[in-house]
Amino acid sequence: MIPTPALEFRPILPEILLCTFAIVGMLYEAFARRPDPVPHLAIAIVGIGPAAVTAYALWDWSGPSYVLGDTVAVDRFSVVSRFVLLGAAFVGCLYYTHYASRDPGSFRGEFYPLTLFATAGMTLITAANDLIVIFLALELLSLSLYVLTGITGRRRASEAAMKYFLLGAFSSAFFLYGVAMAYGAATSTKIVGVAAPGIVQALAGQTGSQALALLAMALLVVGFAFKVSAAPFHMWTPDVYQGAPTPVVAFMGAATKVAAFFALIRVFDVGLQPLTWDWTPVIYGLAVVSIVVGSVVAIAQRDVKRLLAYSSIAHAGFILTGLTAANSTGIGAAMFYLVAYAVVTLGAFGIVMLVSARGEEQTSLDAYAGLARRSPGLAALMTVFLLSLGGIPPTAGFIAKVTVFSAAIGAGNWPLAVVGVVASVVAAYFYVRVIVYMYMREPAEGIESDDGVMPRIAAGVLAAGIVVLGIFPGILTGILEPASIVRW
Amino acid sequence: MPLDNIVFWVFAPISIASAIGMLLVRNAVHAALFLIVNFFCLAVFYLLLDAPFLFAVQIVVYAGAIMVLFLFVIMLLGVDSGVPIHERLLVQRPLAFLLGAAFVVEMFLAIRAGVGFATKAPAVFTANEGGNTQAVAKILFTQYFFPFEVTSVLLLVAAIAAMVLAHRKARTVTQAEIDAAAGEPDTEEMPVYGAEAAP
Repeated sequence: MIPTPALEFRPILPEILLCTFAIVGMLYEAFARRPDPVPHLAIAIVGIGPAAVTAYALWDWSGPSYVLGDTVAVDRFSVVSRFVLLGAAFVGCLYYTHYASRDPGSFRGEFYPLTLFATAGMTLITAANDLIVIFLALELLSLSLYVLTGITGRRRASEAAMKYFLLGAFSSAFFLYGVAMAYGAATSTKIVGVAAPGIVQALAGQTGSQALALLAMALLVVGFAFKVSAAPFHMWTPDVYQGAPTPVVAFMGAATKVAAFFALIRVFDVGLQPLTWDWTPVIYGLAVVSIVVGSVVAIAQRDVKRLLAYSSIAHAGFILTGLTAANSTGIGAAMFYLVAYAVVTLGAFGIVMLVSARGEEQTSLDAYAGLARRSPGLAALMTVFLLSLGGIPPTAGFIAKVTVFSAAIGAGNWPLAVVGVVASVVAAYFYVRVIVYMYMREPAEGIESDDGVMPRIAAGVLAAGIVVLGIFPGILTGILEPASIVRW
Repeated sequence: MPLDNIVFWVFAPISIASAIGMLLVRNAVHAALFLIVNFFCLAVFYLLLDAPFLFAVQIVVYAGAIMVLFLFVIMLLGVDSGVPIHERLLVQRPLAFLLGAAFVVEMFLAIRAGVGFATKAPAVFTANEGGNTQAVAKILFTQYFFPFEVTSVLLLVAAIAAMVLAHRKARTVTQAEIDAAAGEPDTEEMPVYGAEAAP
């Protein structure tokens, strides 16, 4: 009687696995006799590993491109993002296991299930082909992250969580309003419709209302700009980065940006593709403001976590620079940048965690004075990450900056590239200042770093990846090239 | 003037007035009551838009269940425990009014250009074919069944989130710690939630 859509669950198997093992983790936490992070870590890895395998199986997907009533897209674009996000979740869980072992009083087993739920939301948002699913996935990841931010219950963390929650709820309201307006414009919430015309078909055929579509575009930009912490929607970033536990910041900083940007690319480069001439100036403006605010305000920061927060705002601007070129070159450049940024962020916050020997102590710049003498390994790794953030060869950050600038210039946006290059020079100052502190200052008394082995190995692997990608970027671009063509 | 328009123009000012009232009153219970009025007006709007199912759901779920829980929480935390609000950045206030007004004008113009006013799109009648409730069920369990499932995960996470924030692990406190805490009232650890509300 009522035609039901085909139930094809293979494309969302990664999300199903993540949610399943998140629930297993919650059940374990309920029955665990004593707080012990190791079984939790094992459960999380058992969820993340198979999720990655099932995501890989989608690389050569031969079924329909849109499944489950056209709400989920199956393409290589989403497979790439799933790999990055699952990797970030894995590293985040590793860090937290170490973080908990040195401060057992603050350990909360719910970290792992919440991380898996957040990851499920993030991977879903990059595959979603329906604005309602994007909104739900956005809420799923946001809710988990609000709680993760305040999970230790320290005063600073609780304050950060509250701030993140209030501003995040506000931005979600804008996003939802945008979804409603998009429905008004196109009488569909699907980005690409197969069974019935979606947003892109309605806008391309000019069957919808242009005025409502523009309003929808503006409101959706607000929602996404908040999540990727692009200025002027960045106000929460420094406080949340500073207040949240460092393993959470490592995961959140890397993964949220990847997920939100991938969703933004799908909504704007696919769904609102007929409005390209209207949204590129908006992205352009956001890019300029983010780059300038992030780079200039970071100079005044004395806390390394705050410094990295402002740097993340500037990096959001650089990624937006690539997206001003609304073509596969721009998408590919942004994807390369995102992968490089995710790896660097995970690594840099790993070092921050090790330098702050317990809890969130010792995050000020003074704690880094003479780090090279106390623990040369940490200082060397941090140097690699800072050089990559500053975009200095031979690191992946350099290649990433070059690709986004050349994509912007290719689209005729050379003034934006000039702003980006000038801001990179300014930004190099505060990255190099940290390096100077580590190598040329006398170590302060009474400061000791943590000697955790596992986070060191993880950070070492990430640093090696950064250098390898900086020298042989072809490894990654070869993978991204077939993935960066988002069609409809 | 059709009946629809009369009902709309009666309820529209009430809904806006109740929304503004909710923001302006100091007492949390009064604010919640204003919110109920607002929810009822919204329900009437749904009815006017030929969505009787949403009308019923709005009243049962929002005005009924959620508001009762809301009042419950307010009463539990204590009505008078309102925190005095210090406005630090007074510059923001005129700016917020200006941008808010600009946003309202923008919405007004875009909606006017987009769908116009006081017209009912023919799509509503085709969408409601076979009854509104049946139409909602049909779309919810076919086209939108996957978002429906995602919502269940979202609610699960919300439940976990509430539990994590509210349930701080109880630990045995030694007399020495109490003495130490008495000396320094501003400790790093957050107090247990709801401790202030206990008699």
